[in-house]
Amino acid sequence: MIYFDKVTKTYLDNLKALDEVTLSIEPKELVTIVGHSGAGKSTLIKMLLAEDQPTSGNVYFESVDVHSLRRSLLTQYRRRIGIIFQDFRLLPYKTAYENVAFAMEAAGRTDEEIASDVPYALDLVDLREKIWNFPNELSGGEKQRVAIARAIVNQPDVLVADEPTGNLDPINTYDVVQILKKIHDLGTTVILTTHNKGVVDSIGRRVVTMEKGKVIKDEKHSKQAI
Amino acid sequence: MASIKRILRAGFLAFWRNSVVSVSSVFVMTITLAVIGSIIFTQVTLQTTLAQISDKVDVNVYFVTTAEEGDILALKTALEGLPEVAGTQYVSKDTVYEDFRTRHENDSLTLQALDELEENPLGAILNIRAKETSQYASIAKFLETSDILKKNEKPIIDKINYYQNKVAIDKLTAIIVSSEKIGLFITAVLVILSILITFNTIRLAIFTSKDEIAVMRLVGASSAFSRGPFIVQGIMAGLSSGVIALALFYPITYWLAPFTTDFFSGLNLFDYYVDHFPQFFLIIMGSGIALGMISSILAVRKYLKV
Repeated sequence: MIYFDKVTKTYLDNLKALDEVTLSIEPKELVTIVGHSGAGKSTLIKMLLAEDQPTSGNVYFESVDVHSLRRSLLTQYRRRIGIIFQDFRLLPYKTAYENVAFAMEAAGRTDEEIASDVPYALDLVDLREKIWNFPNELSGGEKQRVAIARAIVNQPDVLVADEPTGNLDPINTYDVVQILKKIHDLGTTVILTTHNKGVVDSIGRRVVTMEKGKVIKDEKHSKQAI
Repeated sequence: MASIKRILRAGFLAFWRNSVVSVSSVFVMTITLAVIGSIIFTQVTLQTTLAQISDKVDVNVYFVTTAEEGDILALKTALEGLPEVAGTQYVSKDTVYEDFRTRHENDSLTLQALDELEENPLGAILNIRAKETSQYASIAKFLETSDILKKNEKPIIDKINYYQNKVAIDKLTAIIVSSEKIGLFITAVLVILSILITFNTIRLAIFTSKDEIAVMRLVGASSAFSRGPFIVQGIMAGLSSGVIALALFYPITYWLAPFTTDFFSGLNLFDYYVDHFPQFFLIIMGSGIALGMISSILAVRKYLKV
């Protein structure tokens, strides 16, 4: 479903953020990408979202090179991917409800669909009580749950979570991990990047380890940790 | 249609909720529109003053006493057919005589000398006003070469005072042309500066939202859907600034009116503003909307490349 084919990304200072990364991710997999800061995890996610161009190599989504997509098709493609960031990136002048609704409005969904699906998505992340709060009125954990609701509301094929627990305390980290596992159990492909060993141990499944822009280990755990 | 409604709603809400940035944008745009309005008032004042000065310049053609009235009127008609001529006024020799007597009614010696003459020694006068002061030279040239004047081989013109006033008229023409050029230059500089300041203010306002635009793109919003709310905000800033600027012109022109009436020979700025309000409304509101919209489009464009 997703295939990174010898993807290399070199920045102007000749620093290789990615060095011929080849990686395949199957539908409905839960993949955790781990590595220290600067290992290339976020760059890999940027390549998948076509937020940045690779220096060489290709990224395929269902056999389509995502970097060759025209702008309008790129928009369609991104609607199939839900994205969660470490720093939440909620729209500051929109309420929790409006932030989630925005993703549906952008996808051209009807008002009726928005009115029924947004409260449902916020229910899934246990945030029904604060749907009319603005981001600055929410805690870090609550903001991340709004971001998760925004990412899943269009029922994406893939959910990408880039260090989603990086700014959270252990309790909120646990909650977010549980939500991501629940989303995966419902049949969504989940790609999670983290440098938190606790998160890796908690999720288990497939763990890809990166270092200095290269994949150095790709392990599949048969048993899921608790 | 649903998208347009959503864009309008999002733009309106962002304008309202992001009040600090909105107020800053409106403040700067109000100054810009006030400058544009002031430029219009300054141009009107300058043009009125220059027109009044130009109106005071004319050329008189003095005819010999033997000149036939028919020939003079034919010349008048020919002159009025020239594109340079704004108007002519014929003063018959009898009227000139009466005017002379009235002007010298306290000068008994002159009147006595006039009475001793058996006939009217004064010729008719034709007063000519050109559309522009620079056109008097060509009118004078026409008078020199006109066929009507060569009738019977006898000159019917005694003198044309253009040649006496030529230096003054040329100097005045040069001043008027320079004033207009300087006025246009200052206008262009001020308008460009105002637009640049407004553009940079809007750009700065949108710069604070660049992450927001990137997120919009990454959650699958099209360029138009991401750009739309910012354009709406720009238009709203332009509309609000336009209303404020138009409202400010009322007390300002009312306060300035007595001064402009005294200094610029009857130009009442307040009356001018009230009489020309529809034009001011269109120019100021149109400039506000265009500035807000174009600045937003240009500023957002850079951040849509995600």
